Amino acid sequence: MSASEASPRLPEKSPGAPGAAGAVRFEVKHLNFFYGKSQALKDINLSLADKQITAFIGPSGCGKSTLLRVFNRMYALYPGHRAEGSVLLDGEDILAPTVDVASLRFRVGMVFQKPTPFPMSIFDNVAFGLRLSRRITRSELTDRVEEALKDAAMWDEVKDKLHEDGRGLSGGQQQRLCVARTLALRPEVILFDEPTAALDPISTLRVEETLQSLGERYCIAIVTHNLQQAARLSDITAFMYLGDLIEMGPTEQMFTAPKNRRTDDYVTGRFG
Amino acid sequence: MNTVTAISPRHAAGQRQRERLFRGATLAAALLVLLLLGGVTLSLIVGAWPALAQFKLSFLTREIWNPVTDQYGALAPIYGTLVTSFLALLFAIPVSFGIAIFLTELAPAWLKRPVGVAVELLAAVPSIIYGIWGLFVLSPVLQRHVQPWLIEVLGPLPLVGKLFQGPPFGIGILTASFVLAIMIIPFIAAVMRDVFETVPDVLKESGYGLGATTWEVIWQVVVPYARTGMIGGVMLGLGRALGETMAVTFVIGNAHRIGTSLLAPGTTISASIANEFAEAVGDLYTSSLIALGALLFLITFVVIAAARLMLMRLERRALSSA
Repeated sequence: MSASEASPRLPEKSPGAPGAAGAVRFEVKHLNFFYGKSQALKDINLSLADKQITAFIGPSGCGKSTLLRVFNRMYALYPGHRAEGSVLLDGEDILAPTVDVASLRFRVGMVFQKPTPFPMSIFDNVAFGLRLSRRITRSELTDRVEEALKDAAMWDEVKDKLHEDGRGLSGGQQQRLCVARTLALRPEVILFDEPTAALDPISTLRVEETLQSLGERYCIAIVTHNLQQAARLSDITAFMYLGDLIEMGPTEQMFTAPKNRRTDDYVTGRFG
Repeated sequence: MNTVTAISPRHAAGQRQRERLFRGATLAAALLVLLLLGGVTLSLIVGAWPALAQFKLSFLTREIWNPVTDQYGALAPIYGTLVTSFLALLFAIPVSFGIAIFLTELAPAWLKRPVGVAVELLAAVPSIIYGIWGLFVLSPVLQRHVQPWLIEVLGPLPLVGKLFQGPPFGIGILTASFVLAIMIIPFIAAVMRDVFETVPDVLKESGYGLGATTWEVIWQVVVPYARTGMIGGVMLGLGRALGETMAVTFVIGNAHRIGTSLLAPGTTISASIANEFAEAVGDLYTSSLIALGALLFLITFVVIAAARLMLMRLERRALSSA
Protein backbone atom coordinates (compact mmCIF):
# COMPACT_ATOMS: atom_id res chain seq x y z
CA MET A 1 0.00 0.00 0.00
CA SER A 2 1.34 3.41 -0.90
CA ALA A 3 2.04 5.98 1.79
CA SER A 4 -0.83 8.17 0.71
CA GLU A 5 -1.20 11.65 2.15
CA ALA A 6 -4.96 11.37 2.17
CA SER A 7 -7.03 10.99 5.28
CA PRO A 8 -6.90 7.50 6.71
CA ARG A 9 -10.65 7.33 6.35
CA LEU A 10 -10.52 7.69 2.58
CA PRO A 11 -9.09 4.62 0.88
CA GLU A 12 -7.24 5.48 -2.29
CA LYS A 13 -7.59 2.04 -3.77
CA SER A 14 -9.35 1.61 -7.06
CA PRO A 15 -12.94 0.43 -6.79
CA GLY A 16 -13.28 -3.22 -6.15
CA ALA A 17 -9.97 -3.46 -4.35
CA PRO A 18 -7.86 -6.59 -4.02
CA GLY A 19 -8.56 -10.20 -4.67
CA ALA A 20 -9.87 -12.29 -7.52
CA ALA A 21 -13.51 -13.21 -7.85
CA GLY A 22 -14.35 -15.64 -5.10
CA ALA A 23 -11.65 -14.52 -2.68
CA VAL A 24 -13.09 -14.23 0.81
CA ARG A 25 -13.66 -10.65 2.04
CA PHE A 26 -15.96 -11.17 5.00
CA GLU A 27 -15.74 -14.19 7.21
CA VAL A 28 -18.34 -14.71 9.92
CA LYS A 29 -17.55 -17.14 12.71
CA HIS A 30 -19.92 -18.24 15.45
CA LEU A 31 -21.89 -15.05 15.32
CA ASN A 32 -24.68 -14.62 17.86
CA PHE A 33 -26.77 -11.46 17.98
CA PHE A 34 -29.04 -10.13 20.69
CA TYR A 35 -31.66 -7.40 20.90
CA GLY A 36 -31.56 -6.99 24.65
CA LYS A 37 -32.36 -10.47 25.85
CA SER A 38 -33.87 -11.92 22.71
CA GLN A 39 -31.52 -13.69 20.39
CA ALA A 40 -31.87 -12.79 16.71
CA LEU A 41 -28.94 -14.70 15.20
CA LYS A 42 -27.74 -18.10 16.30
CA ASP A 43 -24.21 -19.31 15.63
CA ILE A 44 -23.90 -17.99 12.09
CA ASN A 45 -20.90 -19.15 10.07
CA LEU A 46 -20.44 -17.99 6.51
CA SER A 47 -18.25 -15.96 4.20
CA LEU A 48 -18.82 -13.29 1.57
CA ALA A 49 -16.73 -13.53 -1.57
CA ASP A 50 -15.24 -10.71 -3.59
CA LYS A 51 -16.80 -9.67 -6.90
CA GLN A 52 -19.86 -11.71 -6.16
CA ILE A 53 -23.40 -10.92 -5.13
CA THR A 54 -24.61 -12.86 -2.12
CA ALA A 55 -28.35 -12.76 -1.54
CA PHE A 56 -29.96 -13.37 1.84
CA ILE A 57 -33.50 -14.69 1.70
CA GLY A 58 -35.96 -15.92 4.28
CA PRO A 59 -39.28 -15.03 5.88
CA SER A 60 -39.68 -11.81 7.91
CA GLY A 61 -37.90 -11.93 11.24
CA CYS A 62 -35.41 -14.57 10.12
CA GLY A 63 -32.48 -12.28 10.95
CA LYS A 64 -31.25 -11.44 7.47
CA SER A 65 -31.43 -7.66 7.96
CA THR A 66 -29.91 -8.04 11.40
CA LEU A 67 -26.99 -9.92 9.87
CA LEU A 68 -26.51 -7.23 7.25
CA ARG A 69 -26.36 -4.55 9.94
CA VAL A 70 -23.56 -6.44 11.65
CA PHE A 71 -21.28 -6.08 8.62
CA ASN A 72 -21.03 -2.30 9.09
CA ARG A 73 -21.83 -2.33 12.80
CA MET A 74 -24.92 -0.21 12.23
CA TYR A 75 -26.52 -2.04 15.14
CA ALA A 76 -24.00 -0.36 17.47
CA LEU A 77 -26.00 2.88 17.25
CA TYR A 78 -28.63 1.37 19.50
CA PRO A 79 -28.10 0.47 23.13
CA GLY A 80 -28.80 -3.14 23.99
CA HIS A 81 -27.98 -4.45 20.50
CA ARG A 82 -25.07 -6.80 20.87
CA ALA A 83 -23.06 -9.12 18.66
CA GLU A 84 -20.86 -11.99 19.86
CA GLY A 85 -18.43 -14.07 17.88
CA SER A 86 -16.15 -12.77 15.19
CA VAL A 87 -16.67 -11.08 11.86
CA LEU A 88 -13.45 -10.75 9.89
CA LEU A 89 -13.03 -8.22 7.09
CA ASP A 90 -9.82 -9.11 5.25
CA GLY A 91 -8.75 -10.93 8.40
CA GLU A 92 -9.46 -8.10 10.82
CA ASP A 93 -12.19 -8.60 13.41
CA ILE A 94 -14.64 -5.70 13.00
CA LEU A 95 -16.43 -6.57 16.23
CA ALA A 96 -13.31 -5.67 18.22
CA PRO A 97 -13.95 -2.62 20.42
CA THR A 98 -10.86 -0.90 19.04
CA VAL A 99 -12.25 -0.78 15.51
CA ASP A 100 -13.10 2.74 14.30
CA VAL A 101 -16.66 2.35 13.04
CA ALA A 102 -16.47 5.46 10.86
CA SER A 103 -13.52 3.98 8.95
CA LEU A 104 -15.29 0.65 8.75
CA ARG A 105 -18.34 2.29 7.18
CA PHE A 106 -16.14 4.03 4.65
CA ARG A 107 -15.08 0.56 3.51
CA VAL A 108 -18.47 -1.10 3.88
CA GLY A 109 -21.23 0.96 2.29
CA MET A 110 -24.96 0.46 2.78
CA VAL A 111 -28.10 1.18 0.80
CA PHE A 112 -31.39 1.11 2.68
CA GLN A 113 -34.89 -0.13 2.08
CA LYS A 114 -36.30 3.34 1.52
CA PRO A 115 -34.50 5.94 -0.58
CA THR A 116 -32.92 8.35 1.90
CA PRO A 117 -31.67 11.39 0.01
CA PHE A 118 -30.32 14.06 2.34
CA PRO A 119 -32.05 17.45 2.32
CA MET A 120 -29.54 18.96 -0.08
CA SER A 121 -28.65 19.06 -3.76
CA ILE A 122 -27.93 16.00 -5.88
CA PHE A 123 -24.27 16.96 -6.04
CA ASP A 124 -24.02 17.48 -2.29
CA ASN A 125 -25.72 14.16 -1.66
CA VAL A 126 -23.08 12.30 -3.62
CA ALA A 127 -20.27 14.44 -2.24
CA PHE A 128 -21.47 13.94 1.35
CA GLY A 129 -19.15 11.10 2.33
CA LEU A 130 -16.21 12.51 0.38
CA ARG A 131 -16.45 15.83 2.15
CA LEU A 132 -16.30 14.06 5.52
CA SER A 133 -12.73 13.11 4.70
CA ARG A 134 -12.02 16.85 4.36
CA ARG A 135 -8.77 16.56 2.40
CA ILE A 136 -10.10 16.56 -1.10
CA THR A 137 -9.65 19.18 -3.78
CA ARG A 138 -12.57 20.78 -5.53
CA SER A 139 -11.72 19.21 -8.89
CA GLU A 140 -11.18 15.78 -7.40
CA LEU A 141 -14.54 16.08 -5.68
CA THR A 142 -16.26 16.96 -8.95
CA ASP A 143 -14.57 14.03 -10.69
CA ARG A 144 -15.52 11.56 -7.99
CA VAL A 145 -19.15 12.71 -7.99
CA GLU A 146 -19.35 12.31 -11.75
CA GLU A 147 -17.71 8.90 -11.61
CA ALA A 148 -20.10 7.73 -8.90
CA LEU A 149 -23.18 8.94 -10.77
CA LYS A 150 -21.93 7.20 -13.92
CA ASP A 151 -21.33 3.97 -12.02
CA ALA A 152 -24.86 4.20 -10.65
CA ALA A 153 -26.07 4.63 -14.25
CA MET A 154 -27.78 7.95 -13.64
CA TRP A 155 -25.27 10.54 -14.83
CA ASP A 156 -27.19 11.29 -18.03
CA GLU A 157 -30.43 11.79 -16.10
CA VAL A 158 -29.05 14.28 -13.60
CA LYS A 159 -25.99 15.92 -15.14
CA ASP A 160 -27.97 19.06 -15.98
CA LYS A 161 -29.59 19.42 -12.58
CA LEU A 162 -26.83 18.56 -10.12
CA HIS A 163 -27.74 21.52 -7.97
CA GLU A 164 -31.41 20.70 -7.59
CA ASP A 165 -32.73 19.15 -4.39
CA GLY A 166 -32.15 15.40 -4.30
CA ARG A 167 -35.62 14.90 -2.87
CA GLY A 168 -37.14 16.15 -6.10
CA LEU A 169 -36.11 12.99 -7.97
CA SER A 170 -38.41 10.03 -8.54
CA GLY A 171 -38.28 7.15 -6.06
CA GLY A 172 -36.12 4.99 -8.30
CA GLN A 173 -33.76 7.86 -9.07
CA GLN A 174 -33.52 8.66 -5.38
CA GLN A 175 -32.50 5.10 -4.66
CA ARG A 176 -29.85 5.14 -7.37
CA LEU A 177 -28.68 8.45 -5.95
CA CYS A 178 -28.19 6.62 -2.65
CA VAL A 179 -26.22 3.96 -4.52
CA ALA A 180 -24.08 6.66 -6.13
CA ARG A 181 -23.56 8.27 -2.74
CA THR A 182 -22.21 4.98 -1.45
CA LEU A 183 -20.08 4.33 -4.55
CA ALA A 184 -18.45 7.75 -4.31
CA LEU A 185 -16.46 6.49 -1.34
CA ARG A 186 -15.11 3.58 -3.40
CA PRO A 187 -16.14 1.06 -0.77
CA GLU A 188 -14.89 -2.50 -0.76
CA VAL A 189 -18.18 -4.07 0.25
CA ILE A 190 -21.71 -2.81 -0.37
CA LEU A 191 -24.71 -3.92 1.65
CA PHE A 192 -28.19 -3.62 0.18
CA ASP A 193 -31.10 -3.92 2.61
CA GLU A 194 -34.15 -4.68 0.44
CA PRO A 195 -33.14 -1.89 -1.92
CA THR A 196 -36.21 -2.18 -4.15
CA ALA A 197 -38.89 -2.86 -1.54
CA ALA A 198 -40.29 0.65 -1.83
CA LEU A 199 -40.01 0.96 -5.62
CA ASP A 200 -42.31 0.37 -8.57
CA PRO A 201 -41.44 -2.39 -11.09
CA ILE A 202 -39.75 -0.10 -13.63
CA SER A 203 -37.58 1.57 -10.99
CA THR A 204 -36.82 -1.85 -9.53
CA LEU A 205 -35.55 -2.98 -12.90
CA ARG A 206 -33.24 0.01 -13.22
CA VAL A 207 -31.81 -0.50 -9.73
CA GLU A 208 -31.31 -4.19 -10.46
CA GLU A 209 -29.39 -3.36 -13.64
CA THR A 210 -27.17 -1.06 -11.63
CA LEU A 211 -26.64 -3.75 -9.02
CA GLN A 212 -25.76 -6.33 -11.64
CA SER A 213 -23.04 -4.17 -13.14
CA LEU A 214 -21.63 -3.45 -9.69
CA GLY A 215 -21.51 -7.16 -8.92
CA GLU A 216 -18.59 -7.58 -11.27
CA ARG A 217 -16.43 -5.22 -9.23
CA TYR A 218 -17.56 -5.28 -5.64
CA CYS A 219 -18.31 -7.69 -2.86
CA ILE A 220 -22.06 -7.27 -2.49
CA ALA A 221 -24.55 -8.58 0.05
CA ILE A 222 -28.24 -8.06 -0.58
CA VAL A 223 -31.22 -8.82 1.60
CA THR A 224 -34.41 -9.32 -0.35
CA HIS A 225 -37.96 -10.55 0.08
CA ASN A 226 -38.22 -10.98 -3.65
CA LEU A 227 -37.14 -14.49 -4.57
CA GLN A 228 -37.03 -13.75 -8.30
CA GLN A 229 -34.72 -10.88 -7.55
CA ALA A 230 -32.37 -13.13 -5.62
CA ALA A 231 -32.46 -15.66 -8.44
CA ARG A 232 -31.84 -13.02 -11.13
CA LEU A 233 -29.08 -11.11 -9.40
CA SER A 234 -27.05 -13.23 -7.07
CA ASP A 235 -24.20 -15.66 -7.46
CA ILE A 236 -24.64 -17.10 -4.00
CA THR A 237 -27.85 -17.41 -2.04
CA ALA A 238 -28.22 -17.90 1.70
CA PHE A 239 -31.48 -19.01 3.23
CA MET A 240 -32.14 -18.01 6.82
CA TYR A 241 -34.92 -19.02 9.14
CA LEU A 242 -35.62 -17.94 12.74
CA GLY A 243 -32.08 -16.71 13.28
CA ASP A 244 -30.39 -19.75 11.81
CA LEU A 245 -28.49 -19.97 8.56
CA ILE A 246 -30.23 -23.00 7.03
CA GLU A 247 -28.42 -23.34 3.77
CA MET A 248 -26.05 -21.39 1.57
CA GLY A 249 -24.79 -22.22 -1.89
CA PRO A 250 -24.61 -21.25 -5.56
CA THR A 251 -27.87 -19.53 -6.45
CA GLU A 252 -28.82 -21.91 -9.24
CA GLN A 253 -28.46 -24.91 -7.00
CA MET A 254 -30.36 -23.21 -4.16
CA PHE A 255 -33.34 -22.58 -6.40
CA THR A 256 -33.36 -25.84 -8.36
CA ALA A 257 -31.90 -28.51 -6.09
CA PRO A 258 -31.62 -27.30 -2.50
CA LYS A 259 -30.27 -29.79 -0.03
CA ASN A 260 -32.49 -28.75 2.84
CA ARG A 261 -36.20 -29.44 2.83
CA ARG A 262 -37.13 -26.07 4.37
CA THR A 263 -35.13 -24.24 1.70
CA ASP A 264 -37.04 -26.19 -0.91
CA ASP A 265 -40.36 -25.31 0.70
CA TYR A 266 -39.43 -21.63 0.85
CA VAL A 267 -38.07 -21.18 -2.68
CA THR A 268 -41.02 -23.05 -4.15
CA GLY A 269 -43.43 -20.86 -2.23
CA ARG A 270 -44.87 -23.46 0.08
CA PHE A 271 -44.25 -21.22 3.11
CA GLY A 272 -42.87 -17.85 4.00
CA MET B 1 -87.00 -6.78 12.40
CA ASN B 2 -85.57 -6.10 15.83
CA THR B 3 -82.84 -3.91 14.48
CA VAL B 4 -85.32 -1.74 12.64
CA THR B 5 -87.68 -1.20 15.56
CA ALA B 6 -84.76 -0.53 17.92
CA ILE B 7 -84.34 2.93 16.42
CA SER B 8 -87.74 4.59 16.58
CA PRO B 9 -88.37 7.66 14.41
CA ARG B 10 -88.75 9.82 17.52
CA HIS B 11 -85.40 8.67 18.82
CA ALA B 12 -83.77 9.43 15.48
CA ALA B 13 -85.26 12.92 15.44
CA GLY B 14 -83.98 13.55 18.96
CA GLN B 15 -80.56 12.43 17.94
CA ARG B 16 -80.56 14.73 14.93
CA GLN B 17 -81.56 17.63 17.08
CA ARG B 18 -78.83 16.92 19.59
CA GLU B 19 -76.38 16.74 16.73
CA ARG B 20 -77.53 20.15 15.46
CA LEU B 21 -77.34 21.63 18.93
CA PHE B 22 -73.85 20.32 19.47
CA ARG B 23 -72.67 21.61 16.14
CA GLY B 24 -74.16 25.03 16.90
CA ALA B 25 -72.49 25.17 20.30
CA THR B 26 -69.03 24.35 18.98
CA LEU B 27 -69.50 26.81 16.13
CA ALA B 28 -70.41 29.51 18.64
CA ALA B 29 -67.33 28.73 20.70
CA ALA B 30 -65.17 28.97 17.61
CA LEU B 31 -66.76 32.22 16.52
CA LEU B 32 -66.19 33.62 19.99
CA VAL B 33 -62.44 33.40 19.40
CA LEU B 34 -62.71 35.42 16.22
CA LEU B 35 -64.99 37.89 17.97
CA LEU B 36 -62.49 38.29 20.80
CA LEU B 37 -59.61 38.83 18.42
CA GLY B 38 -61.63 41.40 16.51
CA GLY B 39 -62.68 43.08 19.75
CA VAL B 40 -59.13 43.29 21.05
CA THR B 41 -57.89 44.71 17.79
CA LEU B 42 -60.70 47.22 17.58
CA SER B 43 -60.37 48.48 21.15
CA LEU B 44 -56.60 48.80 20.71
CA ILE B 45 -57.07 50.90 17.59
CA VAL B 46 -59.81 53.05 19.13
CA GLY B 47 -57.84 53.50 22.36
CA ALA B 48 -54.62 54.33 20.53
CA TRP B 49 -56.27 56.74 18.15
CA PRO B 50 -55.90 60.01 20.12
CA ALA B 51 -52.17 59.45 20.60
CA LEU B 52 -51.59 58.41 17.00
CA ALA B 53 -53.63 61.34 15.69
CA GLN B 54 -51.64 63.74 17.87
CA PHE B 55 -48.11 62.45 17.23
CA LYS B 56 -48.59 60.70 13.88
CA LEU B 57 -45.46 58.82 12.80
CA SER B 58 -43.30 60.71 15.26
CA PHE B 59 -44.77 58.41 17.91
CA LEU B 60 -42.57 55.70 16.47
CA THR B 61 -39.43 57.77 16.02
CA ARG B 62 -39.15 59.90 19.17
CA GLU B 63 -37.42 58.87 22.37
CA ILE B 64 -39.12 61.46 24.56
CA TRP B 65 -41.64 60.20 27.15
CA ASN B 66 -42.77 63.07 29.32
CA PRO B 67 -46.10 62.93 31.18
CA VAL B 68 -45.59 66.47 32.47
CA THR B 69 -45.49 68.09 29.06
CA ASP B 70 -47.68 65.37 27.55
CA GLN B 71 -45.11 64.39 24.93
CA TYR B 72 -44.86 60.70 24.09
CA GLY B 73 -42.65 58.73 21.72
CA ALA B 74 -42.33 54.95 21.65
CA LEU B 75 -38.77 54.61 20.42
CA ALA B 76 -37.20 53.72 23.79
CA PRO B 77 -39.64 50.89 24.63
CA ILE B 78 -39.50 49.61 21.04
CA TYR B 79 -35.72 49.61 21.21
CA GLY B 80 -35.75 47.92 24.63
CA THR B 81 -38.22 45.27 23.48
CA LEU B 82 -36.28 44.42 20.35
CA VAL B 83 -32.84 44.47 21.95
CA THR B 84 -33.76 42.39 25.02
CA SER B 85 -35.59 39.87 22.84
CA PHE B 86 -32.72 39.66 20.38
CA LEU B 87 -30.13 39.20 23.14
CA ALA B 88 -32.36 36.65 24.86
CA LEU B 89 -32.47 34.64 21.63
CA LEU B 90 -28.72 34.96 21.29
CA PHE B 91 -28.23 33.38 24.72
CA ALA B 92 -31.13 30.93 24.51
CA ILE B 93 -30.66 29.40 21.06
CA PRO B 94 -27.31 27.65 21.66
CA VAL B 95 -28.42 26.33 25.04
CA SER B 96 -31.79 25.14 23.73
CA PHE B 97 -30.10 23.53 20.76
CA GLY B 98 -27.73 21.73 23.11
CA ILE B 99 -30.58 20.49 25.29
CA ALA B 100 -32.59 19.28 22.30
CA ILE B 101 -29.65 17.51 20.66
CA PHE B 102 -28.69 15.90 23.92
CA LEU B 103 -32.22 14.69 24.55
CA THR B 104 -32.79 13.26 21.07
CA GLU B 105 -29.37 12.04 20.01
CA LEU B 106 -27.02 11.58 22.91
CA ALA B 107 -28.78 11.07 26.23
CA PRO B 108 -28.87 7.57 27.67
CA ALA B 109 -32.44 6.34 28.07
CA TRP B 110 -32.44 6.72 31.87
CA LEU B 111 -31.55 10.40 31.67
CA LYS B 112 -33.88 11.30 28.81
CA ARG B 113 -37.07 11.40 30.82
CA PRO B 114 -35.87 13.32 33.90
CA VAL B 115 -34.23 16.02 31.79
CA GLY B 116 -37.22 16.19 29.45
CA VAL B 117 -39.63 16.58 32.36
CA ALA B 118 -37.39 19.18 33.99
CA VAL B 119 -37.44 21.24 30.80
CA GLU B 120 -41.24 21.09 30.74
CA LEU B 121 -41.46 22.04 34.43
CA LEU B 122 -39.20 25.00 33.82
CA ALA B 123 -41.70 26.22 31.25
CA ALA B 124 -44.43 26.08 33.91
CA VAL B 125 -42.69 28.37 36.42
CA PRO B 126 -44.73 31.62 36.71
CA SER B 127 -42.89 34.58 35.26
CA ILE B 128 -43.15 36.60 38.47
CA ILE B 129 -40.88 34.04 40.12
CA TYR B 130 -38.27 34.61 37.44
CA GLY B 131 -38.68 38.32 38.11
CA ILE B 132 -38.10 38.02 41.85
CA TRP B 133 -35.20 35.71 41.32
CA GLY B 134 -33.74 38.05 38.72
CA LEU B 135 -33.97 41.03 41.05
CA PHE B 136 -32.83 39.49 44.31
CA VAL B 137 -30.43 36.78 43.18
CA LEU B 138 -29.21 37.31 39.64
CA SER B 139 -28.83 41.10 39.64
CA PRO B 140 -26.56 41.31 42.70
CA VAL B 141 -24.40 38.52 41.33
CA LEU B 142 -24.10 40.24 37.96
CA GLN B 143 -23.46 43.58 39.64
CA ARG B 144 -20.70 42.28 41.85
CA HIS B 145 -18.98 39.71 39.71
CA VAL B 146 -19.91 39.89 36.05
CA GLN B 147 -20.53 43.50 35.11
CA PRO B 148 -17.30 44.94 36.62
CA TRP B 149 -15.40 42.38 34.59
CA LEU B 150 -17.33 43.28 31.41
CA ILE B 151 -16.68 46.98 31.99
CA GLU B 152 -13.00 46.40 32.66
CA VAL B 153 -12.24 43.92 29.91
CA LEU B 154 -14.70 44.68 27.12
CA GLY B 155 -15.32 48.35 27.87
CA PRO B 156 -12.04 49.69 26.46
CA LEU B 157 -12.42 47.78 23.18
CA PRO B 158 -13.19 49.82 20.06
CA LEU B 159 -16.79 49.62 18.75
CA VAL B 160 -18.18 46.85 20.99
CA GLY B 161 -16.68 48.60 24.02
CA LYS B 162 -19.52 51.12 23.98
CA LEU B 163 -21.94 48.33 24.82
CA PHE B 164 -20.17 47.62 28.10
CA GLN B 165 -19.51 51.02 29.62
CA GLY B 166 -21.02 52.89 32.53
CA PRO B 167 -21.65 51.93 36.14
CA PRO B 168 -22.66 48.38 37.06
CA PHE B 169 -26.26 48.83 38.15
CA GLY B 170 -27.05 45.15 38.30
CA ILE B 171 -30.40 45.75 36.70
CA GLY B 172 -30.65 46.86 33.07
CA ILE B 173 -31.01 45.66 29.49
CA LEU B 174 -28.45 42.87 29.82
CA THR B 175 -29.91 41.46 33.01
CA ALA B 176 -33.40 41.52 31.51
CA SER B 177 -32.06 39.67 28.48
CA PHE B 178 -30.54 36.98 30.71
CA VAL B 179 -33.79 36.45 32.57
CA LEU B 180 -35.73 36.36 29.31
CA ALA B 181 -33.28 33.84 27.89
CA ILE B 182 -33.78 31.54 30.86
CA MET B 183 -37.54 31.87 30.45
CA ILE B 184 -37.66 31.00 26.76
CA ILE B 185 -35.09 28.19 26.82
CA PRO B 186 -37.66 25.53 27.82
CA PHE B 187 -39.98 26.57 24.98
CA ILE B 188 -37.34 26.61 22.29
CA ALA B 189 -35.75 23.42 23.60
CA ALA B 190 -39.08 21.58 23.65
CA VAL B 191 -39.95 22.56 20.08
CA MET B 192 -36.47 21.74 18.81
CA ARG B 193 -36.61 18.35 20.51
CA ASP B 194 -39.92 17.58 18.84
CA VAL B 195 -38.54 18.67 15.49
CA PHE B 196 -35.39 16.58 15.85
CA GLU B 197 -37.56 13.61 16.68
CA THR B 198 -39.21 13.88 13.27
CA VAL B 199 -35.87 13.14 11.56
CA PRO B 200 -36.22 9.53 10.35
CA ASP B 201 -33.79 7.04 11.89
CA VAL B 202 -32.98 5.64 8.48
CA LEU B 203 -31.83 9.08 7.30
CA LYS B 204 -29.43 9.31 10.22
CA GLU B 205 -28.30 5.75 9.56
CA SER B 206 -27.56 6.77 5.99
CA GLY B 207 -25.23 9.41 7.36
CA TYR B 208 -23.57 6.96 9.72
CA GLY B 209 -23.42 4.44 6.88
CA LEU B 210 -21.21 6.84 4.92
CA GLY B 211 -18.73 6.97 7.76
CA ALA B 212 -20.04 10.10 9.46
CA THR B 213 -19.52 10.61 13.17
CA THR B 214 -22.36 11.61 15.51
CA TRP B 215 -21.17 15.21 15.30
CA GLU B 216 -21.24 15.11 11.50
CA VAL B 217 -24.65 13.44 11.36
CA ILE B 218 -26.09 16.08 13.69
CA TRP B 219 -24.71 19.04 11.75
CA GLN B 220 -25.03 17.73 8.23
CA VAL B 221 -28.13 15.55 8.33
CA VAL B 222 -30.28 16.36 11.36
CA VAL B 223 -29.93 20.15 11.31
CA PRO B 224 -30.51 20.65 7.57
CA TYR B 225 -33.54 18.36 7.74
CA ALA B 226 -34.98 20.14 10.77
CA ARG B 227 -34.04 23.69 9.80
CA THR B 228 -37.48 25.15 9.18
CA GLY B 229 -38.90 23.57 12.32
CA MET B 230 -36.02 24.91 14.37
CA ILE B 231 -36.70 28.39 13.08
CA GLY B 232 -40.35 27.92 13.98
CA GLY B 233 -39.36 27.06 17.55
CA VAL B 234 -37.09 30.08 17.78
CA MET B 235 -39.90 32.31 16.55
CA LEU B 236 -42.26 30.96 19.21
CA GLY B 237 -39.60 31.76 21.82
CA LEU B 238 -39.18 35.21 20.33
CA GLY B 239 -42.93 35.80 20.50
CA ARG B 240 -42.85 35.00 24.18
CA ALA B 241 -39.78 37.15 24.84
CA LEU B 242 -41.35 40.14 23.11
CA GLY B 243 -44.47 40.03 25.25
CA GLU B 244 -43.01 39.01 28.61
CA THR B 245 -43.93 41.62 31.22
CA MET B 246 -43.46 40.85 34.86
CA ALA B 247 -39.98 39.35 34.90
CA VAL B 248 -38.66 42.14 32.69
CA THR B 249 -40.29 44.90 34.74
CA PHE B 250 -38.44 43.65 37.79
CA VAL B 251 -34.96 43.76 36.33
CA ILE B 252 -34.81 46.21 33.43
CA GLY B 253 -34.75 49.48 35.41
CA ASN B 254 -37.75 51.09 33.70
CA ALA B 255 -36.04 54.11 32.22
CA HIS B 256 -37.41 55.67 29.01
CA ARG B 257 -33.97 56.07 27.58
CA ILE B 258 -31.92 54.54 24.83
CA GLY B 259 -28.49 53.99 26.27
CA THR B 260 -25.69 52.67 24.11
CA SER B 261 -24.54 50.51 26.99
CA LEU B 262 -26.25 47.18 27.58
CA LEU B 263 -25.60 47.66 31.27
CA ALA B 264 -27.77 50.78 31.36
CA PRO B 265 -31.38 50.59 32.50
CA GLY B 266 -34.04 50.71 29.82
CA THR B 267 -37.62 49.70 29.32
CA THR B 268 -39.75 47.51 27.09
CA ILE B 269 -43.22 48.03 25.73
CA SER B 270 -44.90 45.67 28.13
CA ALA B 271 -42.86 46.87 31.11
CA SER B 272 -43.82 50.49 30.39
CA ILE B 273 -47.50 49.63 30.21
CA ALA B 274 -47.44 47.59 33.40
CA ASN B 275 -45.56 50.28 35.30
CA GLU B 276 -47.45 53.33 34.22
CA PHE B 277 -51.03 52.36 33.55
CA ALA B 278 -52.17 52.83 37.13
CA GLU B 279 -50.82 56.36 37.30
CA ALA B 280 -51.70 57.41 33.76
CA VAL B 281 -53.72 60.55 34.18
CA GLY B 282 -54.92 62.40 31.11
CA ASP B 283 -56.35 60.93 27.94
CA LEU B 284 -53.22 61.38 25.86
CA TYR B 285 -51.07 59.52 28.40
CA THR B 286 -53.51 56.60 28.53
CA SER B 287 -53.90 56.60 24.77
CA SER B 288 -50.13 56.53 24.29
CA LEU B 289 -49.85 53.47 26.52
CA ILE B 290 -52.60 51.75 24.54
CA ALA B 291 -50.78 52.66 21.35
CA LEU B 292 -47.71 50.94 22.80
CA GLY B 293 -49.88 47.88 23.37
CA ALA B 294 -51.11 47.98 19.79
CA LEU B 295 -47.50 48.10 18.59
CA LEU B 296 -46.58 45.08 20.69
CA PHE B 297 -49.61 43.23 19.38
CA LEU B 298 -48.53 43.96 15.83
CA ILE B 299 -44.92 42.84 16.42
CA THR B 300 -45.86 39.57 18.15
CA PHE B 301 -48.58 38.88 15.59
CA VAL B 302 -46.07 39.12 12.77
CA VAL B 303 -43.60 36.87 14.62
CA ILE B 304 -46.19 34.20 15.47
CA ALA B 305 -47.59 34.28 11.94
CA ALA B 306 -44.12 33.77 10.49
CA ALA B 307 -43.53 30.86 12.88
CA ARG B 308 -46.83 29.18 11.97
CA LEU B 309 -46.09 29.57 8.30
CA MET B 310 -42.73 27.88 8.69
CA LEU B 311 -44.12 25.00 10.75
CA MET B 312 -46.82 24.51 8.13
CA ARG B 313 -44.20 24.26 5.43
CA LEU B 314 -42.35 21.67 7.48
CA GLU B 315 -45.47 19.59 7.99
CA ARG B 316 -46.30 19.69 4.31
CA ARG B 317 -42.84 18.46 3.48
CA ALA B 318 -43.01 15.68 6.08
CA LEU B 319 -46.32 14.55 4.60
CA SER B 320 -45.12 14.56 1.02
CA SER B 321 -42.01 12.55 1.82
CA ALA B 322 -43.86 9.97 3.93
